[in-house]
Amino acid sequence: MSFISKPTVAHPNMPRNKLGLTARDYEGAVSTLCAGCGHDSVTAAIIQAVFKLNIEPHMLAKMSGIGCSSKTPAYFVNQSHGFNSVHGRMASVTTGANAANRTLTYIGVSGDGDSLSIGAGQFVHAIRRNLNMCYIIENNGVYGLTKGQFSASADIGTLPKKGLANQQEPIDAVSTALSLGATYIARSFSGDKDQLVPLIQGALSHDGFALVDIISPCVTFNDHEGSTKSYAHTREFYHNVIDADYIAAAEEITTAYEKGSARSVELHDGSKIILRKIDSEYDSSSRSAAFKYLRERFHAGEIITGLLYIDDSRKEMHDLMGNIDTPLSEVPLDSLRPGKEELKKILARYR
Amino acid sequence: MATVNDVVIKIATVNGTGSASANGLLMRSIFRMGVPVVGKNYFPSNIQGLPTWYEIRVTGNAYQARSDRVDIMVAMNAQTYARDLAEVSPGGWLLYDSTWPRSSLLDRDDVTVLGVPLSRMCNEHFEGARARILMKNIAYVGALAALLEIDLDTITKLLEETFASKQHLVGSNMEAIRLGYDYASENFVCPLPSKIAAADGAKGHIIIDGNTAAGLGCMYAGATVGAWYPITPSTSLMDAFRSFCSKYRVDPESGKRTYCIIQAEDELAAIGMVLGASWNGARSFTPTSGPGISLMSELLGYAYYAEIPAVVFNVQRTGPSTGMPTRTQQADILSCAYASHGDTKHVLLFPADPGECFTMAQASFDLAERLQTPVMVLSDLDIGMNDWMVPEFEFDESYVPDRGKVLTAQELEDMEAFYRYLDIDGDGIPYRSLPGIHPKGAFFTRGSGHTKYGSYTEDSDAYQDVVDRLLLKWETARSIVPEPEIQYSKFNKAAILSVGSCDGACKEALDRLNEQNISLNYCRVKAFPFSDAVKEFIEQHDVVYVVEQNRDAQLRTLLMLDCDANPTKLVSFLHYNGTPLNAGFVVKRALEEQSKGQAA
Repeated sequence: MSFISKPTVAHPNMPRNKLGLTARDYEGAVSTLCAGCGHDSVTAAIIQAVFKLNIEPHMLAKMSGIGCSSKTPAYFVNQSHGFNSVHGRMASVTTGANAANRTLTYIGVSGDGDSLSIGAGQFVHAIRRNLNMCYIIENNGVYGLTKGQFSASADIGTLPKKGLANQQEPIDAVSTALSLGATYIARSFSGDKDQLVPLIQGALSHDGFALVDIISPCVTFNDHEGSTKSYAHTREFYHNVIDADYIAAAEEITTAYEKGSARSVELHDGSKIILRKIDSEYDSSSRSAAFKYLRERFHAGEIITGLLYIDDSRKEMHDLMGNIDTPLSEVPLDSLRPGKEELKKILARYR
Repeated sequence: MATVNDVVIKIATVNGTGSASANGLLMRSIFRMGVPVVGKNYFPSNIQGLPTWYEIRVTGNAYQARSDRVDIMVAMNAQTYARDLAEVSPGGWLLYDSTWPRSSLLDRDDVTVLGVPLSRMCNEHFEGARARILMKNIAYVGALAALLEIDLDTITKLLEETFASKQHLVGSNMEAIRLGYDYASENFVCPLPSKIAAADGAKGHIIIDGNTAAGLGCMYAGATVGAWYPITPSTSLMDAFRSFCSKYRVDPESGKRTYCIIQAEDELAAIGMVLGASWNGARSFTPTSGPGISLMSELLGYAYYAEIPAVVFNVQRTGPSTGMPTRTQQADILSCAYASHGDTKHVLLFPADPGECFTMAQASFDLAERLQTPVMVLSDLDIGMNDWMVPEFEFDESYVPDRGKVLTAQELEDMEAFYRYLDIDGDGIPYRSLPGIHPKGAFFTRGSGHTKYGSYTEDSDAYQDVVDRLLLKWETARSIVPEPEIQYSKFNKAAILSVGSCDGACKEALDRLNEQNISLNYCRVKAFPFSDAVKEFIEQHDVVYVVEQNRDAQLRTLLMLDCDANPTKLVSFLHYNGTPLNAGFVVKRALEEQSKGQAA
């Protein structure tokens, strides 16, 4: 593997966003993942989402841990700062980064090993804090970089390329996030760009912890018969709950969504997400309903995708603490130090 | 022996009975009389019901270490009577609650036993179990006031200050003081031959613990993000930071905070948060103790290699493993110096007292940002949690914090291209850009192999180029870290070299040895890497007694590794039983070594 720089050639007629940038301007280095990797499709969806949201590249922070998924921030938005940290620690690094500067948009890309095994502790606590970030799990049930060991999301009965079938209960990121009070929970499939892009847009715009769990089959180590996270399996058992389309606050809501089947949710930044209910029973504002439905469909062997839960009423980390709106990193040091006379007053009680 | 302002009082109680405030009152009263004091708390890893001791050394000479004597034992815990009696120095006194007389306390004929019926008196004068227990403690302070001639007006004034908002408590506390005072005056010859007299040795000083001082230092350094996981003995550092910030870091207009304290899920997360915040340009820190350093090690190595500032306070406790978490040691020197895998080493600062906790807290942020690397401040339980009398802290308003080489938006705009790890100035320190400042500053921070331009590499030469440049940065660190404290006595080829909280005991030992016509030179290291002055100091001497508080001579090892010091010159004085070092130990070891020298 080596670092390959990609020439940025934009076709003059390519669509431009409000910043005058084309989608090309949101690209990154050439992927070094295996050909056909689901993760590359997710990368493409992220590029589209950030492009469509008119995010200034340098105002985006790309965070990751270790694993195939965690390499991908190098493959999108070259003009953003990235922090490819250590295994399972993306959540804490993002927590600190956000604590210092709340005005950046944070996108974290993790994997099932990075989030549900080594980083499980940090994943759950970032949710509890309602850390304002888009947290993507590229979920393939397998450790790719170390060549095919099970991850904690591998389903019971999954066969590895070598060895015995998995007998341990999988950890489902979505149910975990539901039980911990995450405020935006979505699941999708790497091969379904139409669904994925708006879900990521919604997650990036959500003011709080937004999880997008993306089934992203591993073409090399987990795309064989017996794997429940193969392309074939996922497509067969794919079950769409809600299509979400993202509409920026300034634009009118299109009429593409029939009355009665659409539900609009206003996000904190004033933008809106429109949910189309495929299943008329489904209510994305009810945590308990989401949990029940998820378990039911899980037992039926189905993968529920779409925006499963959203709660835009809860405060994110800074607002829970009552912190100033300005980034702490930009407050001049002089204003943070009480000075010589105050020091004397402080020390009076120790005299 | 009759003495003035040279007496050691040790109070044996049960933890959770409120004796801490009585002991504080006693110590502060003496201090307010202008007499230097040293306070040491020996407490169990427990909340209630186990034995605890508080030792107050009254030291007219203003020595900083604990003493190796006990002149007056206040034995308030029947569980420990036997050992408390045994600990009293010959010619000393033992004061106990004679409500229940104990003939076994009369076993030593070289100790005078003073029985004061504290419980009986308090039961007669106060209502309720809680008040009676609390007042019993205050009453022994009263008895000591009579025995030592502590000024009652000073005590009254202190109580008035303490209970400023609850004035009714001043009366009841003074009543308890009077009970003890009057009983002692009527029944014993007061004052004792060892007594206290007003002096001016405490002028310009304060009594403060190192964790409070470090928390205050962090606020004065302009730290905005603190992440931590509770661990004894570091916890009170963040408590102090929080308390200062709650007063001084609230925006008067919006009522919103200009600080962010996050209680992390563990130390793995605490250091991750610090790195994230520092990467984004905030001054960020975490306080911890040895086991926390173990958990932080992976990310500390990351920060070293990816060159991210971080400030870590390690308030060291007795290891290995859980060890004795409420006892002191300096046994994390090596684990901090080389925390993490691969070729990794870290800048360390070694405060010797709360005063240096305050100044080094500020220096640590400057160094971390200047050097773009973690800086660990190695305090210990003795400094961090004990009350020290130190000169009042100063803050120089002309001081300008060093934020290091951080490019502004304009500088980035004017640049042809930004490369994160290029050594433009030849000091091994590259320039960094903060997220959200300018698109040209965009950079992908990674712990994997990278070239000097910042891009991923598995190329041998490109990799080695960067790790070699980090060594150059290490040498820059050596030239800017705090210089050692060095004292030369008259010409001598032998010296003591120590670190951190060993300082007070070593300086006292130098005085005592001097009285025996043994003059030793002295060096106290304040930072790692060791500056050239440390190397030169060792080279100047034939023998250097390295005094430190661990079993494995970790400072000595570090001197050998970093200064290429000749091991045969470096003789270890190792104290590692968990109690703070005292001068007696250093003197004893020095005399042993000196007599060996003479024999040879």
